Amino acid sequence: MPEFTMPSLGADMDEGKVQEWLVKPGDQVHRGDIVAVVETAKAAIEVECFANGVIETLLAEPGQVVPVGGPLAVIAPVGAFVESPPEVTHLPESPAASRAAEPSPPGAAVVMAPPPPAPLPRVSSPLVRHLAEEMGVDLASVRGTGRAKAITRADVEEAARRGTRPRVSPLARRLAAELGVDLRDVAGTGAHGTIRAEDVRHTVQATAAPGAAVRPEPAASPRAVPSAEPTEPSAAVPSESAAPPTAARGERATDRQAAMRRAIGRLMARSKREIPHYYLSTTIDMAPAMTWLHALNRQLPVSGRLVPAALLLKATALAARDVPELNGFWVDDGFVPGPAVHLGIAISLRGGGLVTPALHDAADLELSELMARMRDLVGRARAGRLRGSELTDATITVTNLGDQGIESVTGVIFPPQVALVGFGKVVERPWAVGGLLGVRPVVTVTVSADHRATDGYTGGRFLDMISRLLQEPEDL
Amino acid sequence: MTPDQARDIIIDALHQVAPEIDIDMVKGDAEFRDSVELDSLDFLNFVELVSKRSGVRIDEDDYPELATVDSCVDFLAGKA
Amino acid sequence: MTTAVKGEQISYREAVREAIRDAMRRDDRVFLMGEDVGRYGGCFAVSLGLLEEFGPDRIRDTPLSESAFVGAGIGAALAGMRPIVEIMTVNFSLLALDQILNNAATILHMSGGQFNVPLVIRMTTGAGRQLAAQHSHSLEGWYAHIPGLRILAPATLEDARGMLWPALEDPDPVLIFEHGSLYNLSGELDSTGPVDIDHAAVRRPGRDVTLLAYGGMLHKTLAAAEQLSEAGVEAEVIDLRTLRPLDDETITGSVRRTHRAVVVDEAWRSGGISAEVSARITEQAFYDLDAPVERVCGAEVPTPYAKHLEEAALPQPADIVAAACRAVDSDA
Repeated sequence: MPEFTMPSLGADMDEGKVQEWLVKPGDQVHRGDIVAVVETAKAAIEVECFANGVIETLLAEPGQVVPVGGPLAVIAPVGAFVESPPEVTHLPESPAASRAAEPSPPGAAVVMAPPPPAPLPRVSSPLVRHLAEEMGVDLASVRGTGRAKAITRADVEEAARRGTRPRVSPLARRLAAELGVDLRDVAGTGAHGTIRAEDVRHTVQATAAPGAAVRPEPAASPRAVPSAEPTEPSAAVPSESAAPPTAARGERATDRQAAMRRAIGRLMARSKREIPHYYLSTTIDMAPAMTWLHALNRQLPVSGRLVPAALLLKATALAARDVPELNGFWVDDGFVPGPAVHLGIAISLRGGGLVTPALHDAADLELSELMARMRDLVGRARAGRLRGSELTDATITVTNLGDQGIESVTGVIFPPQVALVGFGKVVERPWAVGGLLGVRPVVTVTVSADHRATDGYTGGRFLDMISRLLQEPEDL
Repeated sequence: MTPDQARDIIIDALHQVAPEIDIDMVKGDAEFRDSVELDSLDFLNFVELVSKRSGVRIDEDDYPELATVDSCVDFLAGKA
Repeated sequence: MTTAVKGEQISYREAVREAIRDAMRRDDRVFLMGEDVGRYGGCFAVSLGLLEEFGPDRIRDTPLSESAFVGAGIGAALAGMRPIVEIMTVNFSLLALDQILNNAATILHMSGGQFNVPLVIRMTTGAGRQLAAQHSHSLEGWYAHIPGLRILAPATLEDARGMLWPALEDPDPVLIFEHGSLYNLSGELDSTGPVDIDHAAVRRPGRDVTLLAYGGMLHKTLAAAEQLSEAGVEAEVIDLRTLRPLDDETITGSVRRTHRAVVVDEAWRSGGISAEVSARITEQAFYDLDAPVERVCGAEVPTPYAKHLEEAALPQPADIVAAACRAVDSDA
């Protein structure tokens, strides 16, 4: 029975508070559906479902703080869910209920005392149930291949042969935890279907779907040195029940800001502690881009206008696609390329703090679409309505401090990403073109890159690519 | 459009773009970017709102005239 | 008598002899004793010519009584000498096991740290020469079980030449196991100096799988690595060299890089040194393993005399290749 668990929505997240459920038991859900709103140290995040099925039980109440990986809900696979008659739950006096106290063989109990109510797996014959019992196979974990997905004798035998626990090498298991890969999504290619590290890496590369893609290493990974990441006695996000009912909103906002500060602090400290950064920067002539943009915007209603940042982002996305060595993650002493260019955009929040949601598939978006998506993303980031996949999928991040009049920014990489691109303000400067001095708009772009993953040459190629792309804005 | 109507539109739009600011604290001659911390996307949202509500077309070339509350009022009042 | 110099062609046998000669010249407390080491020149001709060079006081033939002459060696060591005791094969060392375990390995502890036993015992180990079950076993793993001993297994000319002197300098008993099949190994000596007796050595770097071997198995393992390389599997070969204390750092460091390990040991699998190495890898590098640790060991039978049976009972390069392929899960 797939359990829907508290997702890790960033390398700095240890736990989250369920703010609101958007589904109720009995609701059909699909992979990617938004099912709950979870409050983290950073923001309220809309959390997507990773599986198809029917919500069977909600295990966490709104207001409850659940650690990353802790159960939130039980989702019955489509087809396996049998609507339990409501009266079942009102039968604690029935003789069958007393059996629930002793460990009943899986699948054999007709009525289990709630919670959680176990739906009866469909079997092709009662003999199959007996066989499962004999072989110690949990029918709930067996996928039926018979008529109407009923579990057959062969299914039980197969499950017994394989064992209900998948064969996973220790390294693969650790890697999957670090990369946030669900081992159920991984096809093992080793002997007897054993999942090996290579299979996990394969899955990461093949999976571009939101939610299933790479999630940064949770801070509470088994390898984390406890002393390096002290757990703070005061919960980062105070639980509803813990907070006095009279707590002023302002106070909670302050707590939240402090928690966010700590979260950013931990992540940035980890970055500077672990990542040997190198930095390159160049100044790009923006005259062609600005002229082209100006002409284009003149023809457009305000709602359709582009800001220069849209061009910078698109150029960065295209360059990241052409220089894939900078687009991905450094995991377990090796580089894992990103499944696509998901551009993380550093968005400062009013009142302090920062989020870096991902603009999915940025290299494939038309400029107008990219602009619309960026506006939407910024709006939702500030309103605290980001989606889980947006917070975890970024493969490379862009920070743009140009609006503040800053001329250049040399940023800190977001682990486990391997590069961060910084843009300053587009400013007018004396500029030599064709032997003549003129006044041109220019922008300074900087890349901070992980020296474990790439060398300066690669970073240089990347910056040069951005510069060249911006010389032909009509092709962006 | 009277200056007061223009001011209402502008204050309203600002409030919508940056709901957390105290509009009364914004001085008429202070630049938005500093006083309200508008970035380029916020500003675009602001221009869009003002343009829609006032019916005044605002081009990029007009942006320099929209730096403060007072200059916005002058611009709108002068156009419509 | 000349001393072998760097770059000269030399056999493993000669390298050991040179090591003894060098030690005898450096320190007059050093002497060699054992069965047939003098007039006969040693059962494996290691000490040939030494009696003539150093005389009967320092090259001493002993009666056929391992317990007696090992005990005498312990006594000499306690008295301040630096004896080298040769035991013909590891099988016969069992007759002296009481002296080795209950005296040599224990006296320092039982005397409250007052008496060191600076004794070196050399012996032949291993099969492959049709000497049948009483002369062919690999029991060094048993000795590696005993605290108080240092266990060395020179597999190269340099180690054969260089391990003796640091062993003699060790204030505690050291057992040196010379694999019988190595005596005729010959080549150029890269160095004639003393070698490090604390660490394992990477004999061949590789990234896909770590093959761990020592003594007579090292060369079969290197041959297997060569075959694997042709099939695209780059094996790292580690020569354990010192069986006690084991060099955990080198062993697990390699496995952490390659994520797969094959332990090769001519000795029996059950309770052998291969079990110890495998257990340590699992203890220390479990979360870096991408496959179960494989072992290639001798068949659990008394070593057969018949050539084809003996070969079948011993790990061969093909067995090592097969185990490495299982570990990397390739069909090479």
